[in-house]
Amino acid sequence: MKTRWEILVVDDEEVMRESLAAWLREDGYDVNTASSGRDAIEKARQKDYAIYFIDLKMPGGIDGIETMMEVRKVHPEASIIIITAYATVDTAITAMKEGAQEYIVKPCNPEEISLLVNRIIKIKNLQRENTILRKKLTKQYCFHDIISKNPKMLEIFQLIQEIASLRSTVLLQGESGTGKELIARAIHFSGDRAEQPFIGVSCAALAETLLESELFGHEKGSFTGAVTQKKGKFEMADGGTIFLDEIGDISPKLQMDLLRVLQERCFYRVGGSEEIKVDVRIIAATNVDLQQAVLDGKFRDDLFYRLNVINIRIPPLRDRREDIPVLARSFVERIAHELGKEVSDISEGSLKLLLDHNWPGNVRELENAVERAIVTCRGRALTEEDFTFLTPRVEANRGWSVPANVTLQELEKEVIAATIQRTHGNIKEAAAALGIDRSTLYERIKKFEIPR
Amino acid sequence: MTFLYLAPQGAVDDEVLTIIETCLWANFGYEIRQLGSSAEPEYAFDLRRRQYSSTLILRQLVVKCPPDAARILAVTEKDLFIPMLSFIFGQAQLNGTVAIISLARLRQEFYGLPSNRMLLLARVVKEALHEMGHTFGLIHCPERTCPMSLSTNIHQVDTKGSEFCAGCRALLRENIGATYEQAANIMRAED
Repeated sequence: MKTRWEILVVDDEEVMRESLAAWLREDGYDVNTASSGRDAIEKARQKDYAIYFIDLKMPGGIDGIETMMEVRKVHPEASIIIITAYATVDTAITAMKEGAQEYIVKPCNPEEISLLVNRIIKIKNLQRENTILRKKLTKQYCFHDIISKNPKMLEIFQLIQEIASLRSTVLLQGESGTGKELIARAIHFSGDRAEQPFIGVSCAALAETLLESELFGHEKGSFTGAVTQKKGKFEMADGGTIFLDEIGDISPKLQMDLLRVLQERCFYRVGGSEEIKVDVRIIAATNVDLQQAVLDGKFRDDLFYRLNVINIRIPPLRDRREDIPVLARSFVERIAHELGKEVSDISEGSLKLLLDHNWPGNVRELENAVERAIVTCRGRALTEEDFTFLTPRVEANRGWSVPANVTLQELEKEVIAATIQRTHGNIKEAAAALGIDRSTLYERIKKFEIPR
Repeated sequence: MTFLYLAPQGAVDDEVLTIIETCLWANFGYEIRQLGSSAEPEYAFDLRRRQYSSTLILRQLVVKCPPDAARILAVTEKDLFIPMLSFIFGQAQLNGTVAIISLARLRQEFYGLPSNRMLLLARVVKEALHEMGHTFGLIHCPERTCPMSLSTNIHQVDTKGSEFCAGCRALLRENIGATYEQAANIMRAED
């Protein structure tokens, strides 16, 4: 579809702005007019225009240069043409320095202005085409809801397709925020079980007894509060897939129960005596090194080998930086739509900033950063200014020195405790601030026995 | 019944008015009438630029518009301008009622060349169709031979033809309807 480009003509002189608007309308543009700088800024806030013609000299306290500067605050990429009847070198330099695309002296030759408008529109069309192509490219890198062009991730996509219809247990290993659940969903929804349930359980979020009841269900009266019989997640997932997140955190007793399910495909409800058989595919995930946990005696080796039939290691975002631009653009498109904001692009400068960041919280942290930037963004494109919250963290880290004789675990505990205190115990907010998911935070709270 | 009015602004060559009448009648299907001769548009004269403001003339035409006018095309020998541009060949209200063309820069004499009557008449036809086309909702056409293509210099006027391209014809048919069909029939009968 051909875009109908919109132009804003800003001039206090009615004949001037209406005649230029009429001339541009004859060329097929939608033209709006503003009679003052204030009027123009208000109109620019409502929508972005392909070109702004702004008269340099306007009464009312805001001249053309100031109007341009305000418009550029809202739309940093705006194409602005400053018009003047009295050309001076100084004003021309100021106009260009403040970001005017062109500076023209009226009256000008119709050919000159026609060429100028055509040139700007040609660039706008190319930019639009570029956006469309980028979207197509993103789709090309998209596998279910996972976006990547990283060779290791592409191998994972290939593997997912190969194993999707098998019943073999899968162990996903990767740092927090790398998208383990998305991979688990991709496996489930690419295979024969796609029509059957996909049930996710965060093993770190619940205490041992609750988790046991959650996984296997319970009989009425089996414990205080068990007022009715309840089906567990394994029964709910019958025929489909159960996703056990943070599997490294389960207790030795649950490890034993799980081993039985894996070996015999059957279990008992808590307090029950009836053996329940299920056909469930298990996908487990962890962000800890399970092999090391086995060596440390914290995780059963027989369970580890049962789980580790197909092992998928998801690389952290810092090892697949080429995905940052394509991920960021995809987040902009989705989140802006969800938030009802008219943000549709991200500047090259901000992409560079994102590429330089280390992303300890991986893709989730990137997603959170883009969301935060969109919330505060006032233009159509995210700029470096929208990501200033990323910079202080880097600078603060540079100026910060590690206290002596403190272990990494102690530091982690301190940081988590301080964040929880700052968010007044709001786990969702604390997890977002720390760049980790809620289940990881619950796991750390439990591990470090942090009071909430 | 409505008419398409021709409004000479001051003295305008009769032959020029006749050829405009013919081409408008044949292309838009309206019966043509002439507004009584009016004075030179001195009220629109800009002393500094030594040109005439087309916007002011169009405003005046809107005020004087007869109730039975479907459209009015003003014709003047004066050199026209809008504040932003150094000159214009003509101006129209897009989807509006009034339009104007200037003969000043359509004459070879303006460029220091010997007078060429046939060339002048050919240019007049193209510009009259162009400005009237705007009043019927046509915008500039990318087809360089179509009279609706944008002309910012006299060479571009000469490159254009005097027949609307298929795309503009289709749009005209849509915008004018029955009257256009009548015009098309007239043209077929003449063929």
